[in-house]
This record gives sequence, structure tokens and C-alpha cells, in this order.
Amino acid sequence: MRNTAMNMVHKLAARDERVLYIGSDPGAGTLRAMSKEFPKRHLIEGISEAHIIGMSAGLAMEGFVPYVNTIATFLTRRCYEQVAVDLCLHNLPVRLIANGGGLVYAPLGPTHQAIEDIAIMRALPNMTVICPCDADEAARMMDKTLDWTGPIYIRLGKGGDAIVSKAEHGFEIGKAILMRPPGDVLMVTTGIMLQRAIAAADLLAAQGIRAGILHMHTVKPLDTEALLQAIRGIKLLATLEEHVPSGGLGSAVAETLIDKLGSGLPAMLRLSLPDRFMHNYGSQDSLLKKHGLAPNAIATSIEHALAASRTSSPQLHST
Amino acid sequence: MIQISPHAEAALTCTLDERSLYLRRLVLGSVRSAGRGHVGPALSLIEMVRVLYDDVLRIDPQNPRDPERDRAILSKGHGCLALYALLADRGFFPLSELDGFCGSDSILGGHPEYGMVPGVEASTGALGHGLSIGVGLALAARMRERSYRTFVLLGDGEINEGSVWEAAMGAAKHGLDNLVAMIDYNKLQSYGPTDYVLPLEPLADKWRSFGFAVQEINGHDVGALRTVLKQVPAVPGKPTAVICHTVKGKGLPPAESNADWHHKNKLSDSELDAIRVAVGDF
Repeated sequence: MRNTAMNMVHKLAARDERVLYIGSDPGAGTLRAMSKEFPKRHLIEGISEAHIIGMSAGLAMEGFVPYVNTIATFLTRRCYEQVAVDLCLHNLPVRLIANGGGLVYAPLGPTHQAIEDIAIMRALPNMTVICPCDADEAARMMDKTLDWTGPIYIRLGKGGDAIVSKAEHGFEIGKAILMRPPGDVLMVTTGIMLQRAIAAADLLAAQGIRAGILHMHTVKPLDTEALLQAIRGIKLLATLEEHVPSGGLGSAVAETLIDKLGSGLPAMLRLSLPDRFMHNYGSQDSLLKKHGLAPNAIATSIEHALAASRTSSPQLHST
Repeated sequence: MIQISPHAEAALTCTLDERSLYLRRLVLGSVRSAGRGHVGPALSLIEMVRVLYDDVLRIDPQNPRDPERDRAILSKGHGCLALYALLADRGFFPLSELDGFCGSDSILGGHPEYGMVPGVEASTGALGHGLSIGVGLALAARMRERSYRTFVLLGDGEINEGSVWEAAMGAAKHGLDNLVAMIDYNKLQSYGPTDYVLPLEPLADKWRSFGFAVQEINGHDVGALRTVLKQVPAVPGKPTAVICHTVKGKGLPPAESNADWHHKNKLSDSELDAIRVAVGDF
């Protein structure tokens, strides 16, 4: 996914002279081909994220479209005030390409695990937040970023994630994709939780439970219309995210339902990471599994929540 | 023992001409109307802003977004009363707006906002942002082969922020000789002396070692400011830093070098009298 997104920056640069790549201190050889073809538009500016965001703002004020790239935690935590003031307050078209969203950097520990990035980015007025699920979708997504007004936070997965997105679904920023029609259950996912949701839906189907999947690649602006359409007739709404419970996809969905419906909400299950820093290493998959976000555990949680929802009045469940 | 710069001594003793007094009347009139404002940080800055807008910047108040205009960013946004006075006086917006300072429907807030105030290039107020934005503007000029220059006005307290020094390294890396950092070195930040809060000296050496061509002047000396600012870049291929030795609250004796006047709420009758004595009726 990362290589695809990077290569798309090169392709966009070839198409449009406004496009810049700005890295802090990325891996050796990042976008080497672009650096050779467009050396003046391939900028490596050092481990100085606060400065890089401000500089990108200045370049965007003059008509450039900078694609800023570094590790997700550094692009969010380190320079939050610059993102808020320089990018969001001025509503400038700077794209933040965040490597290693979620638990991609599991072995590197909590300094490198972006577990609250969606929350803090979506809290900012004017910010758009996108979490593609695989490399193919990342390519379609990048194509749509060129002329989008305002800043975008792009949360990238590790790369090598199974391709589950489909070309025929296309990609529009802010338009969710219904991957499977809803049954008793609707799962709402973002990023690489889609692959887990598909596997979980297969397991549930084997148990006779039909579970739909709404892929909310854009967490902000949230596709309210698609969400309200997809929850019609369901008994349980489950949100899946590689993120702490506060402020992420589950929060966004719950807020939207409360604001739009007020009452008569479906039973809801928010599956997420716990509200704490990870103190385990291993791999993205092993940490997801540890926290109940592997397909088996997702299917089991949904099964239990569905059973509970049938015996009680509508209520909000949370892990 | 830190040696006191002769420019700092000159800043303390130099007198102000009628235009400088007039601009102070505008600033203090805004404070009187609003019942609040950063007085000290604006008064130390007035001559720097005055010379920029009167003599240096290639700007057209009737066409404030002219692509060829010089860019100026007030990175120490809390000094905005000085900027507002100059922008109003130069015709970017009516002088009457100054009386609405900080009012609920005013275009003039306690920190300057892009899109609200004609002539303001960037919203500032959070410190340590302006030089990085300036690097972006200056680099864009280079890439677009445009001749505009970028001036960034920084506070001395502001340069406590590490991001300023990240930006300084970036400016030097790119050899941005179309970029000028002007430091309002009044030596007094909100709590107290810069030497106490976080010592900056040797300040000129710091900027020099970060790759800037450095000039030091009395920041209230209009002639010296004109001379230095009309000769940028001081060294081709290098960004310029102009360290302007100033006096916080300059021109208003009770406020001079007095941290209590960093931000002022309602002015008392005796304070209003002192202002009239210092700058004339307003």
C-alpha cells in the first residue's frame, strides 16, 4: 500500500506540476525515480515535522500541492499545532501520507504505533481523514486527492495487505462502499479492518448469520447517507477499528446516529483496541488478535452481541 | 557577564519622530477602545513594521493579493496592534476598524487572521510558526521564478520555540536569500527578562551559525532599518537575520521594559494621562 501510494505521488507529479513530495527522513531510496525525474519537486527536509508542516503550508499558499510523508505518529503527535493552525485553519491542500497507521509498527513499540491518530485528526475542522484498505484502493484514492479542497490525512497500512477492494466500486472521497449487503448485522470498517470483516462475515455466514459490510474508507467526512441506508432493518451494528475506542470510527458512527436519529438506535458493538498504550510487540496481526480484532474473535463478539440484542431493549455495547 | 550591545543602549535612549508617535496613538487608541491588548509587544515593534510597510515592501493596498507582492508575516502575532495600525494607515482597511479591535464583529482580533484582515498573509498567534511558513513562501518564489521577497517578524520570546530553529536550518539548506527574519529583541517576554526565562545569547552567533547573514541594529532607528532592509540579501545565497534591539513598551515611559504592560486590560485615568503626555492627545 505504501509503495503504491508513493508511486502515485510520482504519477501525480508527472501529470501536474503543482505536486511536491516532501519527506522528513524517509527510507533510503524513497521515490528515487521521482527524485531523478523531478529533483526540484522531491524535497527531503529532515527530522523536523513541525517545520515541514509550516513550510508545506507556505508552499500550498503559493499554489503547490505538497504530499508530506513520514511515520504516522510523527505526522500527528509531533506537529499537531502546525497541522491545526497552518493547515486546517488556513484550509490548505496539503496531503499527509502517514506510514504505519494503527499497529503496523508493532515491533517498534508504542512510540511508533498510531492508535489515536484518527481521533485527533478528525477533531480538526477542515481536515479530511482517509484510511484505504489495500494497495489498489490506495491508488484509486490518491488519484482523487489532487484537487480536493483542504488538508487530507491519509492513514496507510503496512503493504502486502490482501487485495479485497474492487475496481468497479470506484473511489470517491467521502463515499462509503457497501461491500456486502446488510442482514441482521452490519459491520462498518475502515482501513485494513475490512479484510478482517470479510473473513468474520464468512464465519458468521457459516453460523447462519448474515452480516453486511460498509467500508468507511473516509472517516471524515463520514458518509451519513450510506450509513443511514445500510442500517435499515438490521439488529446489530458493529464498528471495527484498529484504534483506541475514543474518537475513532466507532465514535464517529455513534455520533452520527445520535445526531441523525436521536432515538430508536440499533444495538451497537464497538470493536476497537483498548484505551491504553500497547506494551506488547510482535506483529500487527498478533496485536490485533490479542485485542479481539482477528476474524474469529470478531465473529464471536458479534454473535454474542446479536444474541444479547434479541433479549434486551436496544442499547449500546462496547468492548 | 553579557555585554550590552550598543544598539540596545541606543534603543533605550533614542527619540521618536512624529510618525512613530502617531502610530503609537493608533495602537493605544485600539487598546482604549477594546479595554485590552498586548501593549508592550506592539510598541517595541512599531518602527520595524513602519519601515517595512512605508519603505521596503513592494505592496499595493488596493491589490493585496497581487502575486508579485512582497510577503510579510507577523510571526509574533500578539504584536498585531502595530501591524493593524500600519495596515489601516496604508489603506488596506479603514482606520475606523481600529476602534473595533477584539469586538465580536470586528475583522481585527487579538491575533491576526488570514482571510479576515486584508494584508495579513498568515494567521498567527501560536508562536514558532511564521518562519516555516516563510520558508515555504520563499522556496515557492524560487521554484516559480518570482521576484517577491518574504519578511518574517519574530519575537525574542518566540524563538524559544524549537520549530524556529528547524525552520532556520531549512532556510539555510535552501540558501533562501529572498527570506528575511527580523527579530524584535526587546529582551522581555511575558514572565520577565529573556535572560531569566531562557537565555538567548549569544543571539547573533546563533543565527550566524545556523547559516544566516546577520545584521544588528537599533530597532527604533528608522534610518538604520531603512538602510539594512533595503540591502537584502545581505549576503547572496544566504537568508538574512536582522536582530532589532528594541525596548518593550517603547515610547510610553510607564510601559518601557515593564513586563506588567505585556498585556493590558482597561486603561486607568492616570495611565491615559501618561499616554497623552508621552505620545500626544488621542
